[in-house]
Amino acid sequence: MRIEIKFGGLGGQGIITMGFIFANAAAIYDGKECVFTQDYSAEARGGASTSEVIISDEKIDYPHVTKADYLVVMSQSAYRDYIDKLRNNGVLIIDSDMVKIEEEEKRKVYGIPATKIAENLGNTIVANIVMLGFFTGITKMLKKESVMNAIRDRVPKKFWDLNEKAFNRGYSHAMHME
Amino acid sequence: MKSGYYFWSGDIAAAEGAIAAGCRFYAGYPITPSSEIAERMALRLPQIGGKFIQMEDEIGSIAAIIGASWTGERAMTATSGPGISLMNENIGLAIMMEAPIVVVNAMRGDPSTGLPTLIGQGDLMQARYGSHGSYEIIVLYPNSIQETFDLMMDAFNMAEKYRVPVMYLIDALLAHMFERVYVPPEEEIERKIIRRKVPNKVPSRPFEPDDDLVPPMPLIGQGHKIHATGLTHDERGYPNLTPKAQEKLVRRLNEKIIKHEREIWKVEEYKTEDADKIIVSFGGESRAVRNAVNSARKNGKKVGMLRLITLWPFPHEFIKKYTADFYVAELNYGQMYHKVREYADGNNVKLIAKMGGEIHTPNEILKEIGGV
Repeated sequence: MRIEIKFGGLGGQGIITMGFIFANAAAIYDGKECVFTQDYSAEARGGASTSEVIISDEKIDYPHVTKADYLVVMSQSAYRDYIDKLRNNGVLIIDSDMVKIEEEEKRKVYGIPATKIAENLGNTIVANIVMLGFFTGITKMLKKESVMNAIRDRVPKKFWDLNEKAFNRGYSHAMHME
Repeated sequence: MKSGYYFWSGDIAAAEGAIAAGCRFYAGYPITPSSEIAERMALRLPQIGGKFIQMEDEIGSIAAIIGASWTGERAMTATSGPGISLMNENIGLAIMMEAPIVVVNAMRGDPSTGLPTLIGQGDLMQARYGSHGSYEIIVLYPNSIQETFDLMMDAFNMAEKYRVPVMYLIDALLAHMFERVYVPPEEEIERKIIRRKVPNKVPSRPFEPDDDLVPPMPLIGQGHKIHATGLTHDERGYPNLTPKAQEKLVRRLNEKIIKHEREIWKVEEYKTEDADKIIVSFGGESRAVRNAVNSARKNGKKVGMLRLITLWPFPHEFIKKYTADFYVAELNYGQMYHKVREYADGNNVKLIAKMGGEIHTPNEILKEIGGV
């Protein structure tokens, strides 16, 4: 089965890192077929930023999202830009402080104040990792440990603790949703 | 690189594939979307006794790898379209001096500086005819990150075997896309490396070919006193500016590739056996075509894909052998389309063109071939 995930936000929010870590976890630690693509504007911060992850049991041909099963957005502009990419029975996941739903939404929506949680942990830079924990918990697509391993692959060792905390906060937030 | 699974971009896979294929010299000038190849080579080559040089520009870059090649190194550079435009003069020099080199072109939207971060396929004719003169060159183009790694071995082996530049095309999609790559054990990789022929004594006629039309290559630094030049030369290597010398040399430079074209051709024939519609495609674009073929097949339509992995010399026999309607899906305004027409022999050929920036969607392809 082919699953399409789109992550969106602003440059500097770690949108591409978030997608990359999840994709790496799927491909290397969970042994799935997986393609990761990225797109960003020229600005270092503040421009649009998006990444796409396709996960499948079979060889993946077309590498882009056509209709997303999951849309994860951390800015209002990304919400506006990509909401039409979400399939009718897709799932919308938002940073609830950063994104306001503008139209009646019949699809499932899960929100987490990821940026605020990261701020309380001492650094907003891990907002993406809070969101990643939340996403991992909501979807249960990959093993929690696989995603943690992929975080360690990507993040310098001295930040492992902070990232693990951020990931766990997001993950347990998802557990409390049910 | 230790055997195992890695999550790599096309750029990383191109660099690691080159290293696995024995490349130990890289000179380049970074440009999007190829920059991560230079970045990876800068990191990795010093770790394994290789040399990385960032040059002043693309002209210097290709000159440096031609020199390195003459010392016996397997040498590479990487750039994108604008850089190839600058390198083209020395592509001709490498052809004439018969220097084995690999030149990566990560194709982006074009012409000029175009779309630096987005895919284009406008450099297919440039790869073949970019330098002045009548010559044959080898051009390869993978379509996945695994193949980007694996095919590098063929690129270096062909360059060394035929003493010719190999243009290694990827595109902005492959360059920045990540997939899982399996790296085989080192012994397994080592076994695939084909080394160039070198003379066992000081040759008096260093450009005298063997039966395969390829002369063994004396190496700089081993005491041979030889002369290599871009001017038309005789088998001693000295300029001989006559129609007779020209006929002999330039004919051989072309024929040494044409003679071996069947060994050089690599294609993927996907569901083509019974197809009445065949879509010719290559590189990133073929990912959409494959998806479209699968959809069409699910609906009972006899559609197949002929994916060119070797673009040049053009694998014409794979066009000639089919009786079907051909479609050529490419991100330009018709380049390989004309080549397919040349060999389609009465079959219909239709161009499915997009100017670049993105590959076709599978639906766009399906629409062009008459719906599902």
